[in-house]
Amino acid sequence: MILVIAEHSNGSLKKSALELLSAAKSLSEKLGGEVVAALLGQDLSGAASELAKYVNKVIAVEDAALADVRAEPYTTVLTNLAKELEAKAVLVSASKSGLSYSARVAMRLDAPLLEDVTSLDVEGGQVIASRFSYLARVTETVKALALPIVISVKPNIFPVAEASASGTVDKKAADLAASDDRVKVGEKAAAKTGRVALDEADIIVTGGRGVGSAEGFTKLVEPLADALSAGIGATRAVVDAGWRPYSEQVGQTGKTVAPGVYIALGVSGAVQHLSGMNRSKIIVAINKDADAPIFKVADYGIVGDVNEVVPALKEAVSSL
Amino acid sequence: MKIISVIKQVPDAEARIRATPTGIDLDGVTFVIDGMDEYGVEQSLRLREGGLDTELISLALGPKRFEEAIRTSLAMGSDRAIHIETDEALDPITQAKVLASIIQEEGAELVFVGGKEADWDSAALGPAIAEALGWPHSDWTTRLEINDTSLSVTHDSDEGSETLTLPLPAVITTQQGLNEPRYPTLPNIMKAKRKELKKLTLADVGSPSGKTQVLKQEIQTKSRLNKVVQGDAADAAKELARLLHEEAKAI
Ligand SMILES: Cc1cc2nc3c(=O)[nH]c(=O)nc-3n(C[C@H](O)[C@H](O)[C@H](O)COP(=O)(O)OP(=O)(O)OC[C@H]3O[C@@H](n4cnc5c(N)ncnc54)[C@H](O)[C@@H]3O)c2cc1C
Ligand SMILES: Nc1ncnc2c1ncn2[C@@H]1O[C@H](COP(=O)(O)O)[C@@H](O)[C@H]1O
Repeated sequence: MILVIAEHSNGSLKKSALELLSAAKSLSEKLGGEVVAALLGQDLSGAASELAKYVNKVIAVEDAALADVRAEPYTTVLTNLAKELEAKAVLVSASKSGLSYSARVAMRLDAPLLEDVTSLDVEGGQVIASRFSYLARVTETVKALALPIVISVKPNIFPVAEASASGTVDKKAADLAASDDRVKVGEKAAAKTGRVALDEADIIVTGGRGVGSAEGFTKLVEPLADALSAGIGATRAVVDAGWRPYSEQVGQTGKTVAPGVYIALGVSGAVQHLSGMNRSKIIVAINKDADAPIFKVADYGIVGDVNEVVPALKEAVSSL
Repeated sequence: MKIISVIKQVPDAEARIRATPTGIDLDGVTFVIDGMDEYGVEQSLRLREGGLDTELISLALGPKRFEEAIRTSLAMGSDRAIHIETDEALDPITQAKVLASIIQEEGAELVFVGGKEADWDSAALGPAIAEALGWPHSDWTTRLEINDTSLSVTHDSDEGSETLTLPLPAVITTQQGLNEPRYPTLPNIMKAKRKELKKLTLADVGSPSGKTQVLKQEIQTKSRLNKVVQGDAADAAKELARLLHEEAKAI
């Protein structure tokens, strides 16, 4: 069987959960075995019945110790489930927390880990995946030499599964060890945005140093983003300057995004930035320097001053 | 207390890397210490400068060229280094086992690992080392304080950030914001040349075999339209909006 860990937030499923299910379904057709989805957390009944619309078998593991996503208790629950159900593959979202516990699960199972994959295939019973390396400048094909295997799946790449099942929900106890409770979570600060979350946004408007200042964001970037119902992104230069919060940073040390449209305003297009957005379907660049590297990856560009072009673009899209 | 920083050497971000039919050609590429590893070295130096009695060790697993990155960490201020030299490209799980065995042998209590490596684009090494050692870890760490036998940290989570407390021994993976790494000074670069660099081979750690195999590497390309819209700001903006709406059907 293929075990899928469905991410949720306060009881509602994340889009990544449905992407994992479609990846798992095509993997199970090639590798054999049914798909089972696990939900970990507290008060899961809402998310579990939602999940059962997409997959025949849901396992809900409820425990107060799983309320926060912590690597150690998650690792224990998932390793136990994988062993008990004799999973051939464990699929996890390559979110920050997913990357963290999937590595521990692979180590505890002594299994190969395929990390942050963008496609999956099976040849001669062995799982083969594509993934990026070298700051996303390279695509590599990697084969796992054994089963079971742990796979973390890059968000926003696989299609979302369709609701075509009416599955059953089984509850299971977490069965944690004392050592699973070593890391204590204190204060939490939610990334503050009144907007579409970057990893789920279909359109992203990103400002770089060329936007000029924090006021430049209020004056130029926000109105355009509002007109397009878009999320707002920033380069590291902008975050370092304190113009925008880190939660909006796109790139190697920020978020990886792949929206339908990515609009880069006053962004030079450094490799570390490109590695976070170069899978976007359509890339638009507005930059006053015709030689800026961002134009090499752009589908549409305007060479010009953001102070002049962006308000005009906002008017133009508003009157479409 | 011993603190170990795991060091990698990676192509400079601006380096032009080429693909050949057999894989990535790194010939002529400039290599640097991974920026994410520098945060770890810097943090260990700051802990010592804050009064902690500690020995700082750099630990690396990789080809001979890694020596340069190791020397950089020694020039920043690490006391000595251990280099397990190999040309084999082992997967993160296998690497973590090897590194964990050395960490255990050294009796270190705090280990820094780069949050995301700039060659594999992998965030697995730190958590996997922690698991191999049976230690807790904090990933994507942006603030760290040590209080006797425990750590208080802030780290990035999927929803934003959280503070954590965790007991030592522990593994910390780094994130932008943890600190501003120092540049080695010329005298310290000279001093680093005389610091101990112990060499080991994979045979010394049980000749592990990898769990994955890289079949193919290609330069990632997605063909782009590269259409530059002409005209003054107002006309160009109008035309761009029209193209996005009618041609790309994207807005
Ligand atoms: C380890 C490491 C990790 C990193 N991670 C990231 C990351 O995650 N994300 C990230 O973004 N960066 C990252 N960086 C930094 C990256 O190398 C670049 O420095 C950064 O992306 C540059 O940001 P920028 O494009 O806003 O600024 P700049 O490079 O300064 O570019 C500004 C651009 O704006 C244009 N411009 C100026 N004025 C105007 C105007 N009035 N109208 C139109 N255009 C104008 C200029 O022509 C220029 O092209 C990282 C670096 C390192 C070393
Ligand atoms: N399981 C794995 N996950 C990620 N990368 C791997 C894995 N196994 C092998 N690699 C690759 O091993 C290679 C090491 O390359 P190098 O740094 O050139 O020695 C990189 O291209 C990695 O992507």
